[in-house]
Amino acid sequence: MEAVKKQYRIATRNCGFIDPESIEAYIQVRGYEALAEAVTNKKPADVWFLAVNSGLRGRGGGGFPTGLKWEITARNQADQKYVVCNADEGDPGAFMDRAVLEGDPHSIVEAMALCGYAIGATFGTVYIRAEYPLAIKRLQMAINDAREAGVLGKQIFGSSFDFDIELKYGAGAFVCGEETALIHSMEGERGEPTTKPPFPAESGYWGKPTAINNVETFANIAPILLNGAQWFAGIGTEKSKGTKVFALAGKVKNVGLIEVPMGITLQEIIFEIGGGILGGKKFKAVQTGGPSGGALTEKDLDTPIDYDNLIAKGSMMGSGGMIVMDEDDCMVSVAKFFLDFTMDETCGKCTPCRIGSKRLYEMLDKITQGKGSAEDLSRLKLLSAAIKDTALCGLGQTMPNPILSTMSVFADEYAAHINQKKCPAGVCTALLEYVVVAGKCVGCTACARACPVSCISGKVKEVHHIEQNSCIKCGACIERCKFGAIIKQ
Amino acid sequence: MAKINSLADLSKRREQLLAAAAANTNTIVNVSLGTCSIASGGQKALNVMKDAVAQNQVGNVEFKQSGCMCFCFAEPTVEVTLHGREPVVFGYVDEAKAEAIVKKYIMNGEMLDGVIPVNYTKA
Repeated sequence: MEAVKKQYRIATRNCGFIDPESIEAYIQVRGYEALAEAVTNKKPADVWFLAVNSGLRGRGGGGFPTGLKWEITARNQADQKYVVCNADEGDPGAFMDRAVLEGDPHSIVEAMALCGYAIGATFGTVYIRAEYPLAIKRLQMAINDAREAGVLGKQIFGSSFDFDIELKYGAGAFVCGEETALIHSMEGERGEPTTKPPFPAESGYWGKPTAINNVETFANIAPILLNGAQWFAGIGTEKSKGTKVFALAGKVKNVGLIEVPMGITLQEIIFEIGGGILGGKKFKAVQTGGPSGGALTEKDLDTPIDYDNLIAKGSMMGSGGMIVMDEDDCMVSVAKFFLDFTMDETCGKCTPCRIGSKRLYEMLDKITQGKGSAEDLSRLKLLSAAIKDTALCGLGQTMPNPILSTMSVFADEYAAHINQKKCPAGVCTALLEYVVVAGKCVGCTACARACPVSCISGKVKEVHHIEQNSCIKCGACIERCKFGAIIKQ
Repeated sequence: MAKINSLADLSKRREQLLAAAAANTNTIVNVSLGTCSIASGGQKALNVMKDAVAQNQVGNVEFKQSGCMCFCFAEPTVEVTLHGREPVVFGYVDEAKAEAIVKKYIMNGEMLDGVIPVNYTKA
């Protein structure tokens, strides 16, 4: 790995450096200074004003300006308001929120208290998925220690500001990352979304004005208050400020969490920080935004990454999953994988999402089985457009993105599945044939002995033959052959 | 921890903690123990190093834990700070490597393979 300092750590500034189970370790790195300073010397409006000027946008996926959200919540009058932290991280392959909660839980406690001070709330709730037991343990420990130190509770730092936090556990439903569904789940209702407006800033938890932000968004708050809005606004691109944490996964050498300034290119992320593609293979695409995003290809390698550029490219920022794919990945199968996920995770409230996901999945499955037709392609497009227009919440509206994006960028691959009944990447088993290369086969019979369905025939020292009708495409023969005489095509 | 009553109180507390840290001449061994670090053997690495320190009667070694160091490809990871030196992060710390960290780097200051370079700037 090159020692180039392409990364800039703000949200993960303390992750891996301090003991997450010690409030003293956090205080040493200027912990709670932003909160103490705010409640002592700043008015609540100064705090949301700083958030507005920093240009920070929500890191959970939507990218809504955080400061504006706080301002609206602060301006709405009510006897009680709430702060909610969305820690229901559900994107396949994304784990930055868990890393922050496990590595620096006090930064979330501090940021929630700051948000409470800014909007006039005295109570905060973290909605965290029960699948994160260590994150829950450390966060609960942080809350207890903060209470004991008087950082949470009544009259924080001698001011008149009171704030406390409790945890609510989610059962791991993907839809509960959607803010209205999350709020219903916290209230004990089914985790189903409702139409917006009203936005939570107006009527959220228990019908009261609620500021709801993602873990990574909160993790940026204390540095903004300590270093100033101008400092933060100086990082990133014109419309996307600061940094973004990505979970780099897939066929790349250095998988892991990376935090990079907005505006960095995919080229820098994959080939410099990521160290390039595994096994010297050829880069094919990268999926950003998880099941709600799309595929970016070689021609997008030099595009500066920010919220708006990704949307313009038919993908989205999402929560920051970044799955790198090489020449051995089949894009139809990738789209099918994500649809399988959304089909499982749809809450079932609205018809376009509940039934549409199933129908989309069936069509993709048909194509990967080699039974697709040209009409299936136009039907996929038509249904995708209809779902985008009519689904109730973000989950449904973005669900067709992986299909639309791969269909536009890898049209030839869909065509190969449908017209030639071939999978160019060699992934869709129904479309593959295992064949013996006559020139390489020495007739050792190893493959015939390995074949579980005995469909390989041939005498010793003669070229063998695979009977296609009986072959179950298990690949046992390829693994056994020492001469590279069996290939998939 | 005693209650912190004001901004001044917090600053004072921080200064005390920083002074104590500056006066600390121990070797500090910081093991990454997030969920994935533990899954890849971080706890085992910590146990092996603790045993090696006890067996070899190495004094002045302090073990700490942290969350994810964000080097998933090289887990388990261990950061060692010898007194007066820059912290060094070792990756791929299996049992043999954990023992070598104690016997070679901590006891003799002898550098090992698998050091992860600093590739970030911090806020």
